[in-house]
Amino acid sequence: MKSVSDADFEAEVLKSDKPVLVDFWAEWCAPCRMIAPVLEEIAKEHGDKISIVKLNVDENPQVPTKYGVLKIPTLNVYSGGEVVKQILGAKPKAAMLRELAEFI
Amino acid sequence: MNDVRNVIIIGSGPAGYTAAIYAARGDLKPLVIEGSVTAGGALMNTTDVENFPGFPDGILGPDFMDNMRKQAERFGTDFITDDATEVDLTASPKIVKVGDDVHRAKSVIIATGSKYRELGLPKEKQLSGRGVSWCATCDGFFFRDQDIAVVGGGDSAMEEAIFLSRFARSVTVIHRRDGLRASKIMQDRAFANEKIKFAWNSEVVDILGEDRVGGVRLRDTRTGDERTLEVTGLFIAIGHEPRSELFTDVLDTDDEGYLIVEAPTTKTKIPGVFASGDVVDHIYRQAVTAAGSGCSAAIDAERWLQDQDLADLTRQQV
Repeated sequence: MKSVSDADFEAEVLKSDKPVLVDFWAEWCAPCRMIAPVLEEIAKEHGDKISIVKLNVDENPQVPTKYGVLKIPTLNVYSGGEVVKQILGAKPKAAMLRELAEFI
Repeated sequence: MNDVRNVIIIGSGPAGYTAAIYAARGDLKPLVIEGSVTAGGALMNTTDVENFPGFPDGILGPDFMDNMRKQAERFGTDFITDDATEVDLTASPKIVKVGDDVHRAKSVIIATGSKYRELGLPKEKQLSGRGVSWCATCDGFFFRDQDIAVVGGGDSAMEEAIFLSRFARSVTVIHRRDGLRASKIMQDRAFANEKIKFAWNSEVVDILGEDRVGGVRLRDTRTGDERTLEVTGLFIAIGHEPRSELFTDVLDTDDEGYLIVEAPTTKTKIPGVFASGDVVDHIYRQAVTAAGSGCSAAIDAERWLQDQDLADLTRQQV
């Protein structure tokens, strides 16, 4: 999964042509580790419709603060530069696909 | 009906997965209904599990549950990662519904575990993940240099408060009484921590804020006076309650809703229905005790199924 940072967030996420799911994560976050493979799979299966990237909250404090991230994993879907969907906490793949149904 | 399974296991923590491993190895081809957001159970939210025998260096909670699941899968367990929505345990065969899908089995093992107790305030769900949290280790990081609060007076509340004091500017422990339930050692640690303050005889009556927590409204339990405490985070640590609501109309529970079994077995009062793990046990509540009782449930179910088959055979011969 591609990583984005405070520096390239605007170019990679806000200005993207298709919706981008950003996975806010950190090394110490166990539920984040659990959903990483699920997101890899969804990226593989639906990559034509939605980009999936991750942002490390330890290394990139600005974007999480700007978007009021108070929990990880937080999964924000950005479309046209706006947050159009927010998923809080780890969920199994079936539940994740249900949440993302409108984008895939 | 050839779609009747031997056993359906509802729940997927250490109890559910261990029951599945034993049932699958016994060639019962179990179906585990894991739950949608709760798959893997309480350990999915923990970091290191350091007290499960056989792991001298500890293991991460999610890795541990993933391993248990794989072990169950290896011996032929089927999984549905969704929630059981309705059950009919007195029917024959027994029925477990997942939305519109109907699953049938001769026996059922309940291993639905427990969940964090909620305050029961209207804003609590709305602000969950937006300042309201049940997991300091997951979310504490985001409250660096902020004023936050912990609700509760037990050991887990003190643990959360002490952990959070690493990040926060101040941590106010909100407790309904004028003394803590926590053990002496945890109390001493909390009292010695300069960042931890106490709001005694106080209960939370409202959480303030729309998009994120801006404060809490406290009521004095003696005088009824209300005041606002300005905090940006509210960590709730007021214990657990069993996930037994699907079963309480037909199974017996204690005052707190925990299912009652014929200890030391896992039999409930309905033949062929067994219960294990934290939905039964409010005393020990450990991964290893849950796994142990999941094993007992699988063995109880297997023996019960054997007895049924024997009875069927006898009837056919007569």
